[in-house]
Amino acid sequence: MIPLGYYIGLSAILFTIGVVGVLTLRNAIVIFMSVELMLNSVNLSLIAFSAYSGNPAGQILVFFVIAVAAAESAVGLAIIIALFRNKLTVNIDEVNILKW
Amino acid sequence: MNLEQIAFLILAVAAIASAILMITRRNPVTSALFLVFNFFIIAVLYLFLRAQFIAIIQITVYAGAIMVLFLFVIMLLNLGDDKLLKWKLNSAKTISVLLGIALLVEVSYFVLHFTSTEGMSPNAESIGTVESIGKVLYLNYLFPFEVTSVLLLAAIVGAIFLAKKKFE
Repeated sequence: MIPLGYYIGLSAILFTIGVVGVLTLRNAIVIFMSVELMLNSVNLSLIAFSAYSGNPAGQILVFFVIAVAAAESAVGLAIIIALFRNKLTVNIDEVNILKW
Repeated sequence: MNLEQIAFLILAVAAIASAILMITRRNPVTSALFLVFNFFIIAVLYLFLRAQFIAIIQITVYAGAIMVLFLFVIMLLNLGDDKLLKWKLNSAKTISVLLGIALLVEVSYFVLHFTSTEGMSPNAESIGTVESIGKVLYLNYLFPFEVTSVLLLAAIVGAIFLAKKKFE
């Protein structure tokens, strides 16, 4: 038997790695992949809670999270393509026209 | 420590290692492939939790569709090992890593105090099947399900608009 805390701990570690990736990386696409990693770590904890409490609502929520992640990645990658067309870079340090 | 726990620990170490490799590789294609590996390991953990349907969705939608889209964009933009994107340590990155470690300490404070020794729910076996998920989804969550289709339509329109338009 695997205690529930193991799953929550793994989920926390993966989420932290995703946060560090978002904060330190400079490539917009890899930052986006770190966001997907964070979404996945939260999905893992939702499934774990669902299985340990015997409530199917957690799995339904994960289903919706996956659907929203698919929509989000389609729009986000389109934004990155539009950005690359304008600036010829995906380095977020060079994309600073909204910064004061 | 029984066999299931040993298998879990091996998978957890592999998941953490692939996540760390993902954020430290210079080449975006390598990062994407490590992320696919990570998604497969998480799908196996879903099977440990008896969530068969979500495990298959994870492989087809995440590791299949979304990551192929990522690789497609990386190759479309022809992003190689960009020298400008080099992961060099400066003060901002040091602070980011320290903030990440602080977040991990905060979260693990609660995880370590979480000492529930209850096993998996006896009906965990039955709630993860396609039949049970379908029943709950179409009986109790029909409206959110339909709203999701509108969201996906909006995403299609937005993606085509953004990728097509040539900004002046």
